[in-house]
Amino acid sequence: MPTASALSPEVLAKYQPVIGLEVHVQLLTKTKAFCGCVNLYGGEPNTHVCPVCLGLPGALPVLNEQAVEFAVLTGAALNCKINPVSIFARKNYFYPDSPKGYQISQYDKPTCEHGYLDIPDGNGGLKRIGITRAHMEEDAGKSIHDGFPDSVTRSYIDLNRCGTPLIEIVSEPDIRSPQEAFDYLTKLKEILLYAGVSDCNMEEGSLRCDANVSVMLKGADKFGTKAEVKNVNSFRFIRSALEYEIERQVEILESGGKVVQETRLYNSAEGVTYSMRSKEQAHDYRYFPEPDLPPLLISEEWKNKILKGLPELPEAKRTRLIAEYGITEKDAETLTASASFADQFEAAAKASKSPKRVAALITSELTGRLNAAGLELEQSPVSMKGLAMAADLAESGELSSKMLKQLLDISFEKGEDFPVVYEREKPQQISDTSVIEKMIDEVIAANPKQVEQFKGGKTTVSAFFVGQVMRLSKGQANPALLNELVIKKLSE
Amino acid sequence: MNLETLSIDQARAALTSGETTATALAEAHYERIAQKDDEINSYLSLAKDRALAQAAKIDALLKAGDPLPPLAGIPLGIKDVLTMVGSPATAGSKILEGYHPPYDCTAVAKLEAAGAVLLGKLNCDEFAMGSSNENSAYGPVHNPRALDRVPGGSSGGSAAAVAAGFCVASLGTDTGGSIRQPAAFCGVTGLLPTWGRVSRFGLIAFASSLDRIGPFTKNVKDAATLLGVMAGSDIMDATASHTPVNDYVAESQKPVAGLKIGVPEEYFGEGLDPEIRAAVEKSIADLKAAGCEIKKISLPHTRYAIPTYYVIATAEASSNLSRFDGVRFGLRDKSASTLTGMYRQTRDAGFGAEVKRRILLGTYALSAGYYDAYYKKAQQVRTLLTRDFLSAFNEVDAIVTPMTPTPAFKLGEKTDDPVAMYLADVYTVAASLAGICGVSVPCGNTKDGLPIGVQILGKHFEEGMALRVAQAVENSQP
Repeated sequence: MPTASALSPEVLAKYQPVIGLEVHVQLLTKTKAFCGCVNLYGGEPNTHVCPVCLGLPGALPVLNEQAVEFAVLTGAALNCKINPVSIFARKNYFYPDSPKGYQISQYDKPTCEHGYLDIPDGNGGLKRIGITRAHMEEDAGKSIHDGFPDSVTRSYIDLNRCGTPLIEIVSEPDIRSPQEAFDYLTKLKEILLYAGVSDCNMEEGSLRCDANVSVMLKGADKFGTKAEVKNVNSFRFIRSALEYEIERQVEILESGGKVVQETRLYNSAEGVTYSMRSKEQAHDYRYFPEPDLPPLLISEEWKNKILKGLPELPEAKRTRLIAEYGITEKDAETLTASASFADQFEAAAKASKSPKRVAALITSELTGRLNAAGLELEQSPVSMKGLAMAADLAESGELSSKMLKQLLDISFEKGEDFPVVYEREKPQQISDTSVIEKMIDEVIAANPKQVEQFKGGKTTVSAFFVGQVMRLSKGQANPALLNELVIKKLSE
Repeated sequence: MNLETLSIDQARAALTSGETTATALAEAHYERIAQKDDEINSYLSLAKDRALAQAAKIDALLKAGDPLPPLAGIPLGIKDVLTMVGSPATAGSKILEGYHPPYDCTAVAKLEAAGAVLLGKLNCDEFAMGSSNENSAYGPVHNPRALDRVPGGSSGGSAAAVAAGFCVASLGTDTGGSIRQPAAFCGVTGLLPTWGRVSRFGLIAFASSLDRIGPFTKNVKDAATLLGVMAGSDIMDATASHTPVNDYVAESQKPVAGLKIGVPEEYFGEGLDPEIRAAVEKSIADLKAAGCEIKKISLPHTRYAIPTYYVIATAEASSNLSRFDGVRFGLRDKSASTLTGMYRQTRDAGFGAEVKRRILLGTYALSAGYYDAYYKKAQQVRTLLTRDFLSAFNEVDAIVTPMTPTPAFKLGEKTDDPVAMYLADVYTVAASLAGICGVSVPCGNTKDGLPIGVQILGKHFEEGMALRVAQAVENSQP
């Protein structure tokens, strides 16, 4: 990874980075923010357009109600206050992919304000990151500068994306390290996915991130001059982009210079940030209230109706799963990676006598096999019902863990559900006491030393005998019965 | 048939009696335009295909004896800031030369759905910015009542076309007086509906919070008829009001006896032409004779209206006109080698001087560091101006004022003095800022034969009341 310099860790440690993130999220509404065009990624260029999103003379915006609902859900999921009155404003700037010459956004009266989300503090606790605001706006189109035969002399414009509803979520400058920034984005994405307002697909640009970064000497009471780093658009790069920028600023300060307030662009291929424009070149966006849209009024009644659609959020779900099913915190963390994952677990847990074992099976057996096969949980050959059955068989001791693993392997190999495989492959289990006792006698006779150890008080050695007998029975001995009989025989 | 005076009622009677057909009526207007519009320059483009197809439909209805829609076969002209499929929409600007909009303005579509025949597009000041129609990139319009004089602006073509008998009625737009002032200069009736009464969808915006579409007609009743067709909410315009649409024709024909009429002292001060004063005072006396109670009122913030208007209107314009950038439609200067160069050269070549002046003024008013002093302050004054009217309407049913300080001035008389031109809006912009409705109705002529108009202002969404008083003024004319 490129770094700005070879700064020693001691020098870096003198400084405190201060980071605030601005995250743009595309909303999963059926239609665009201010017109009836379909809101869909891709498509033949300039086919999802109409006079309104093309900014044709005389066309007017009309606000999409579903975009408001998603904004309210987002605000609520981020613990924001939902303002009963919010005002759309025009942000004026010229660019070919902004057909009106202004973006409809919100300025001094956004829809959502004063929220927060919690990230891990690294010591097993939580750190609260403030959210200044979450406001509604529209996306621009795309300028395409390469890929055409005449790209050297010409740029092309695709306005399909133009008018896609966005929420811009602005954090307080509460983030203190690249890792915290990463954690913040991770949590944010998780919450937005749970709320169902966005697919948060960074590759397709439905979640985009800009970072305001400054550094100050540790203990200082005033923030340093910040630079805005644009285009930090991947979870893979967020940490390295911020680390680069922090080191760049520290180096400037260490060599007696001053950080300039400016906008910088992150180049992920090179791993560096480049100056885009200085403060002097900064746009004056000439915000003013959008006269084509009346103030957005969100009554208490409408808000409450919208909030009925807010699903259980990850933190609440984890707490509930732990309480309801007695699973471990670690399993709860894994099982709530997505809402549908958690739902699948709950379906299996409800069908099983041992939810705890279901959780363990999913986290220890199922996810590994899914990953290896490159499958999503939804594509698992083992259904949740099948998993519940497996958990119950394991719990009752009818199935050894080794056997269980084998059966699951067969399931994945043949693409068959667990019950099918079990019915066909289930071991002709030996539950005949005399047969098992005979095998135990054999093993005891062959291992006098271990018998001595057991009699000497080292009772754990019984597991050795269980294992040996199981091997002798080709894994077919009833494990529960075997355990019982081994102890009995050794204690004789 | 005298096209100069032909009203909707007369045209409808002629159609139903078989005296004429919709096609013949449209052709007669086109013939008159061909003969006389060279000296007036009111039409920028004719929509013969669309008009004659519509006329043929109406004639089929007539022939079959089917019920006729309210505007069946009525030939109308449309200001060129309104979109109409099949016709260019230049907004009087070179920057939109050759631009053909792919959709109909809602108001225009409603008129056609009611049977109207849309003859073509009418000249106007570039992007509706002007008070004389001398800012059109396609040449000035001449006043049909005195060819060496301006028709007023910005809807000069719309007023002139009605006055010259080039259509039975027309549509214009009014941002700071652009319907009312040219109606007065040309001696026709002009209606300014309440902001939000008629959808703005398809109106090429100048200043969104002020722009309104309204009719020019040969009498007050026709204005009521057209408003009734155009008014109402629109899923394409979030600012179009859901306030119920009234029967404006019925309301306009009610007697005025017992109504309280306010006369604001601020509108009769210095600068008012004595002949206009006399004509307006005569109209007030006529209203009194018809049984109205005349009350002196005060609108104390009136003197701030012009500066307030020119801050808000130019600020919104600076943003509304950003979309004319040479990227997607209209003019593009292809000689530029950079994007910024293309923007600059296109806008420099495409916009006229007055439009550039207003974009600069508006950009300044919205700039960081100036916003509070200009735009925000102007919005505060706008609230005060609106309150002036609202408290006046607590005491009176309508307000009567002169429409213009002078009659139509000569072409070229004020073109070098933009401030003098702005000051000609002194009686119009306060009502624009307040969002209330009004009617400009002829009330006599100067001794030189120039038309004089009187302004009747009504409360928000009380067009019926303003039209009713206007009808009484019309009735008292000789």
